[in-house]
Amino acid sequence: MFSLTKRNAHMKKHRILGTLGAAVLVGSVLAACSGTGKEEDSATTTTGGTKNSGLTYAVITHSGPGDAFWDRVKSGAEKAGADYGATVQYNNDPDPAKQSQLIDSAVASKVNGIVVSMANPDGLEESVKKAVAAGIPVVTINSGLDKFKDFGAITHIGQSEAIAGEAVGARLKAEGGKKAICVIQEAGNVGLEERCKAAATAFGAMENLQVDGTDDAAVQASVTSKLQADPSIDTVLALGGQYAIDAVNAVGESGSKAKVATFDLSEDVVTNIESGKISFAVDQQPYVQGFLGVTTLYLKSINGNDVGGGQPINSGPAFVTKDNAAQVAEFAAKGTR
Amino acid sequence: MSTATAADERISGSSKISKVLKRPESGAMVAAIVIFLWFALTTDAFATSGGSSTWLLGSSTIGIMAVAVALLMIGGEFDLSAGAMTGFTGLLVGILCTEYGLNIWVAILVALVLALAIGALNGFLVMKTGLPSFIVTLGTFFVLQGVNLAGTKALIGQVAIQGMAKVPYYDQPRTLFGSAFTWGENGSVYASVFWWVGVTAIATWILMRTRVGNWIFALGGAQQSARQVGVPVFKAKIGLFMTTAAAGWLVGMLTLFRTSTVQANTGVGQEFIYIICAVVGGCLLTGGYGSAIGATFGALIYGMVNQGIVYSGWDSNWLKTFLGAMLLGAVLLNEWVRRRAEQSR
Repeated sequence: MFSLTKRNAHMKKHRILGTLGAAVLVGSVLAACSGTGKEEDSATTTTGGTKNSGLTYAVITHSGPGDAFWDRVKSGAEKAGADYGATVQYNNDPDPAKQSQLIDSAVASKVNGIVVSMANPDGLEESVKKAVAAGIPVVTINSGLDKFKDFGAITHIGQSEAIAGEAVGARLKAEGGKKAICVIQEAGNVGLEERCKAAATAFGAMENLQVDGTDDAAVQASVTSKLQADPSIDTVLALGGQYAIDAVNAVGESGSKAKVATFDLSEDVVTNIESGKISFAVDQQPYVQGFLGVTTLYLKSINGNDVGGGQPINSGPAFVTKDNAAQVAEFAAKGTR
Repeated sequence: MSTATAADERISGSSKISKVLKRPESGAMVAAIVIFLWFALTTDAFATSGGSSTWLLGSSTIGIMAVAVALLMIGGEFDLSAGAMTGFTGLLVGILCTEYGLNIWVAILVALVLALAIGALNGFLVMKTGLPSFIVTLGTFFVLQGVNLAGTKALIGQVAIQGMAKVPYYDQPRTLFGSAFTWGENGSVYASVFWWVGVTAIATWILMRTRVGNWIFALGGAQQSARQVGVPVFKAKIGLFMTTAAAGWLVGMLTLFRTSTVQANTGVGQEFIYIICAVVGGCLLTGGYGSAIGATFGALIYGMVNQGIVYSGWDSNWLKTFLGAMLLGAVLLNEWVRRRAEQSR
């Protein structure tokens, strides 16, 4: 689920404005304006003439900006939209108050369905219920397993944090780990906390390490210090692809022999699994969450289907190890796994 | 003066319109109108009741803070702890009620008192040490950010308030802070919008019509001279810091009782947005100049652009770029309008 970080809005803005400069800024505005029609374009080009069905779906997630995991969710949703000739509008905000406003906006725009990730269900309850009351079908993805039924969503597509966390904890223990740290990259993220808790339950001696996920250098430094401070740590569990890379670097830097395992994939993670620097990654298959989310709404629109029959659908966990890394690598390179 | 003739060059050439345009908020007002018209004409839902209620809601909490921050900026200081304060007060009430079963109104009051105390501490430190408020409040910002995370985690074992709606008497403060009127087909105007209007009106009245208002302008314009003519500098500055803290409390309550949850990271990163809105609304970073209603227009611009981009269906990866470009545009327009007004005598 929550793979990555919430980045401070102002920090991101500084970075964008600072590095791109004025000329690129103008160019980007133009590029993105033409991007408005992108979904329709790709709908006709990539699928060899699927007609625009006139359907519009809003995908509203709790992702921070620039998050690799959520980019795969977005890609999956947009691919489904393109395949079905539907327009997919993707928006995100990690603050539940603002995310609920995005849902309200989608309702006001009278979209044909809403896909929403509910990291903090209480904060979205009113808006989601309002959408359902307005007759707009809702599907929850990624997080919100416990509440999707109460709020009236068709189904939930995701990976249970408890199941995945326990599976990872058990596997780490089976691989001979005695003492572990769980690296939390985003302060205040409910799902990350749950993940570490479940892993710790199955593993035993595992403690959390809070790091600043907006700054990879700082993540690496924090993990290095921790490994140097306590040489008995033999396992590092990262909760997102890019933090696994930071952890691998930290292990090298500190001279520790700790094994690294991680939630979520990236191309670099797969490479590191192939070379044995990361023992395994657990993939909840974000592309599936985006793609199936839109697909579920599409089936509701064209055929009145309720996918899942009131039960949640598991998008993972899928383990990526040295054995199947090569096969996954191909898709990771395209940014879809 | 009523007998002054048209020959008096001090009052002759200045028309009513240029007088209005010379106000600090005029540019932001024009920019807000332009942005409203742009999105109203280019999207279907932006100007409907449902659409308007989303950006009004988004603007309202930012607006309340921006107005308080504008007062402080006119008085020549910054408060970077304002964003984290909204999270701090919301978390405090949530924890006291859900974990310790404290009466909800008592909890709300405790949060207000603590917020005011932190505000007073900010002011006290700034005045006693002579350090820039930018540094002092940056310190309190980090302290609060840490307390919000570590304290919440230590006390309730998770990082977000859950189960607030089950607290006894929850409905009473919810009516005050989190309820909404239905408006039109699918719109709802939340309590925070009314609070925003009220806060703006009171702040404007204080700035324009009271002695305290004159003090604030004097503080930011020339502190030394202000002291010499008898402005109670120490008290006034502390009062201003307490005002932003109180506004942080108000926004904390508005957030908590509308969504029934607050997270440990709520409000972090917002402090610059408040300052930006105040500046878009005509406040000078150097103090001594600005207006409360301008900050409200600044927040309105921010809220409208934020949601307008969604209604336009633009790729959200570009959101911050659009936002930055539009804010720059608003500031430039603001500047241009004021220059023109000053020249056209």
